[in-house]
Amino acid sequence: MPYPVRIDDIEVATEDRSLKTFTFTFLNPDDEVAFDHKAGQFAMLSIPGKGEIPIGIASSPTEKGFVKFTVFRTGVVTKALHNMAVGDIMGIRGPMGNWYPWDTLKGKNVVIIGGGFAFTTLRASIVYMLDPANRANFGSIDVVYGARSPGMLLYRDELFEWEKRDDINMHITVDGCDDPDWAYNVGFVPTIVEQKAPKADEDTFAIVCGPPIMIKFTQPALQSLGYGENQIIMSLENRMKCGIGMCGRCNIGKELVCKDGPVFTLEALNKTPREY
Amino acid sequence: MKVIKIDKNQWTQGVDAARKSYQLFGPVKIKENYCFAPLQGTQQPDMNVVDTVLSPKSAVFPQTEKLLSATLDASKPAHHLMKRADTDYSPRAVIGIRPFDARAIDLVKLNFDTKEYRDPYWCDAHDATTFVGLAVNTPSQFDFSTSMGSGPFDEKGLDVLLVDTDSAYLAKVITEKGQAFMACAGFDQEATPDDVQKIEALKKTAEQAITTKVDTDNLKEKSLLDLHQAPFWDDVAFSCINCGTCTFVCPTCWCFDIQDETKGNDTIRFRNWDSCMSPLFTLHGSGHNPRGEKTQRVRQRFMHKLKYFLDKYDQGTMCVGCGRCVKSCPVNIDIREVCNLMNAYEPQK
Repeated sequence: MPYPVRIDDIEVATEDRSLKTFTFTFLNPDDEVAFDHKAGQFAMLSIPGKGEIPIGIASSPTEKGFVKFTVFRTGVVTKALHNMAVGDIMGIRGPMGNWYPWDTLKGKNVVIIGGGFAFTTLRASIVYMLDPANRANFGSIDVVYGARSPGMLLYRDELFEWEKRDDINMHITVDGCDDPDWAYNVGFVPTIVEQKAPKADEDTFAIVCGPPIMIKFTQPALQSLGYGENQIIMSLENRMKCGIGMCGRCNIGKELVCKDGPVFTLEALNKTPREY
Repeated sequence: MKVIKIDKNQWTQGVDAARKSYQLFGPVKIKENYCFAPLQGTQQPDMNVVDTVLSPKSAVFPQTEKLLSATLDASKPAHHLMKRADTDYSPRAVIGIRPFDARAIDLVKLNFDTKEYRDPYWCDAHDATTFVGLAVNTPSQFDFSTSMGSGPFDEKGLDVLLVDTDSAYLAKVITEKGQAFMACAGFDQEATPDDVQKIEALKKTAEQAITTKVDTDNLKEKSLLDLHQAPFWDDVAFSCINCGTCTFVCPTCWCFDIQDETKGNDTIRFRNWDSCMSPLFTLHGSGHNPRGEKTQRVRQRFMHKLKYFLDKYDQGTMCVGCGRCVKSCPVNIDIREVCNLMNAYEPQK
């Protein structure tokens, strides 16, 4: 049953207006307690009369009082959502799926690699790790994040804030840019990974989330840096309806992306037929 | 186990007595074909039909089912808040369900009733249902249930198993639910030891009448990836027209779609049977489709039934050998042949 929520804020996230970030507040305070998520999980956004869509949770569990989702306008439900206004009532069902393996990552160096609008659960992860209560639990943190152009980068204000900090190494990149004042990288994510990401050692793990083409080319880049299959952690997506492992469509072999995933190590994925 | 003898002269009377406390489902003729459907008025189940076109899965998993409803009228309280739809879960009984179909419902339960999540719609319907099975004395030529962990007299998933002995039904009462149904129908005459022996004899004859043998013994140890990459899938899928009939008639196919429909200010979220044979089943919002090719979808269906399910639950295959897909497939794709291919497959190293 979806938890009833109210839209409290809508922010246009990219210059082409195809992505908006929605901030929701739970109508019943108990529901917020029940919606106890970990960075990397997703939830179903439910609009009565339109349907439900699985979207990664962009807010960190350390951010209290609201949940955030950044949504690309593409189908019936996302279009309806983009047309909704602050104050409108809808539903959220979740949290769903597994999360980035925070127990394994304790005390380790983490490299976050994201592309395009797949940066949402990675934002949740960065905010979670940078929280003063958690920062000491991790070694170095590197972030490689790329988009087509500067205006297509999500969470720009936060990115530039993080750039200024000395406890996180940001490697922001764009595919192309005609702004002469652009002070960051230009180039595709896999290239920047090869140039800027730390070399692998036993204590370094990479979290990868992005479009299929980026994932495909980032994998060899990471392997050339010495990352093992169990050190490459990926978040997947497949078409879903139920989100709780019952409706049957999101399977990759016998694994269900909604329940056994969306987070898999490359090692685990190599044991599946890779239908994603 | 208690065995009750029901004289066929008293059968109709018993069904009518049970009707007062249960909503009854049974095999009935709809247009040209036999299907399981709710019995209307004084309608009696046809106890002579061996293989209905559709399985009785719809008794617990309707082809279309309301899940949630809401009003979009902003002047009403609780507008845009979805509530569970009103559904009648009063006691129901499926009369004449064949053992392979009851076995199928038992297997499907593994999907809907898990440690983490319980599908309230399926489970509430299942809890409300008494399965009064009818043993198969003369199996059809398509029946291969004995190869697939079931059989013509299999009791798994049943509350009562009726055995037809021409003049009477001998009823093995398997569960308390079954006992309650028999009491309600007024069936209480205990069978004699001679009667009980008849059951064994009929069972043996029926099992011997199934001549199709499908091999499943190697499936478990075969590598999932080897089977997935096996060279025969293009040949298996070649004639498939992706019509989805196999998934529709299959008693263990449970995949569903969820859709919203709105009329005026009233909106309903409901689910429908879905089919892995359809490209839309897995189409991403981006246009990417992990199973966009026909072969991938055909492979998915057989791999799910005969390998993924087996590996995941270790409770046998997700095929009960009813033979409906073999009989109904317009291009003669035969799960028995595919199963044998998979079972015998050795990858070329």
